[in-house]
Amino acid sequence: MGIISSGFQGRRNRDDPGLPPGQHRAEDFPVLSAGPTPRIARADWEFRIVTETGTSRHWDWAAFLALPQEDITADIHCVTSWSKLGTHWRGVALDTLFDQIETTARFSLVHSYGGYTTNVPLADLLGGKAWIVHQFNGADLPSEHGGPARLLVPHLYFWKSAKWVRGLELTGEEIPGFWETNGYHAHGDPWREERYG
Amino acid sequence: MNGWTGRPAPGGPGAGERGTGGPDGLGEDYLDGNALAGPLSEVFLIDMTSARGRCDSCGAVSAIAEARLYVNAPAMVLRCPSCSGVLLRVRRDGGQAVLDLRGFSYLTIDLG
Amino acid sequence: MSSAWHIVDVVAVQEETATARTIGLRFPLPVRSLPGQHLDLRLTAPDGYQAVRSYSVASASPPDTLEITVEELPDGEVSPYLVRKLAVGDQLEVRGPVGGWFVWRPEDASPVQLIAGGSGVVPLMAMVRAHDQARHPAPFRLLYSVRDPESVYYRQELESLAGSSSGLAVDYVYTRRAPAGRPVGRLDARILASSVFGPEADPAVFICGATGFVETVSGWLVDSGYPPERIKTERYGGMGGTG
Repeated sequence: MGIISSGFQGRRNRDDPGLPPGQHRAEDFPVLSAGPTPRIARADWEFRIVTETGTSRHWDWAAFLALPQEDITADIHCVTSWSKLGTHWRGVALDTLFDQIETTARFSLVHSYGGYTTNVPLADLLGGKAWIVHQFNGADLPSEHGGPARLLVPHLYFWKSAKWVRGLELTGEEIPGFWETNGYHAHGDPWREERYG
Repeated sequence: MNGWTGRPAPGGPGAGERGTGGPDGLGEDYLDGNALAGPLSEVFLIDMTSARGRCDSCGAVSAIAEARLYVNAPAMVLRCPSCSGVLLRVRRDGGQAVLDLRGFSYLTIDLG
Repeated sequence: MSSAWHIVDVVAVQEETATARTIGLRFPLPVRSLPGQHLDLRLTAPDGYQAVRSYSVASASPPDTLEITVEELPDGEVSPYLVRKLAVGDQLEVRGPVGGWFVWRPEDASPVQLIAGGSGVVPLMAMVRAHDQARHPAPFRLLYSVRDPESVYYRQELESLAGSSSGLAVDYVYTRRAPAGRPVGRLDARILASSVFGPEADPAVFICGATGFVETVSGWLVDSGYPPERIKTERYGGMGGTG
């Protein structure tokens, strides 16, 4: 069905064998925009983890930068069908942040400045799978891409990699976030095309 | 939730898109709710963008056409022009439309 | 209101300016549009990628043809294709016409003040044309802010309508370069006040242009005593830049 416009390419390249099904490669870095961009000064930034028992730990910008930093190269996949291969980030592994956290929770609800939320199982955050990143391609992360800092969970659809992240709420039960309450998949693995719940 | 003080207006993953909005190219990238006329015409028999709705977050009343529509996202997100709370979300999922109207206390629809 | 996607034939293309083109679209069935409505266009690339954009209807040629005017955005994804590549004989997928808010309704006898920024003139031109074709008695006034004389859409038609007894007056503001003897400069509150129907005339006001233009001009009008409910605005922009 539909009309193919042979001269129309859009901004993207053709399907690529290195991409999950249904994805197209983006050369630029598309900005998704579901609301106003929060402008958070680093001096005001804070990241916090609150466990299921109510205990919490928090890091201000200086404390966050004092943690061991890692360089990450990863492919990212947006549910709107673009993928970007070989992106470079710098930040702190969630494993590092969880070193001093006591929890038996299986799920997290990720909270962002501006009110965005997304739910991610802890199993997808730990074991070298996720980071809080503050640099992209060697430069400070711009606010339209989630700066000062965003979550990076590259093995899941990119809506899980919450921009403007401010903390994690650990829960025994899964609490659906912003897109998950709109019918998007609770897990979101692009290789299994877990788009919709 | 415990531990967080004050919950700001609902937000989403997004940011300004070059070339629209502000002079620095980083302005907010939203359209008029008017641009929802086509997607909603697949669901409703009458034009819904003229309907006036009350924002459940702040109480402001505006026409859907006047609210702010964010389209570069997994679903279209309509936000209140006064408080930027989410009014409506709509997306296509194959042959289905998924419509979330929780952000409205009510809608007033002119039946002509 | 039609709600399905139609396949329409491109039956005419005409350069409006160096960067804008008017495209005639013939529908498979008779089509009716209200002045100010828009169409959604859906383009599908050979690899299946789709993009949807909205374009205002510029004119209707009953029974089955509508025209849109498209400005090429330098970084755009769809508009360069429509302005540079699309040819007569091609087909497009179209939804609409749709929209019931930014619409002039001839049953309203009030004076009508149209204010355009650049390519925002397109839906206002649909209102101008409908007003002329109906020989509608309401006075119409168009204030058209544009970069330079070469960027004016529909110049000859506007000149001829403004010089006739159609009841249309047109004022131009040239922001970068003006014809000889005309001032250059951005629209300001003073020029605005001298170029539009006053609040005592209680005009229906339609403003279309870029976001900053629309918000600034509507703010000036509200400050000058025009009731907000008489001012309807439309910001132009594609539906999504990245999909």
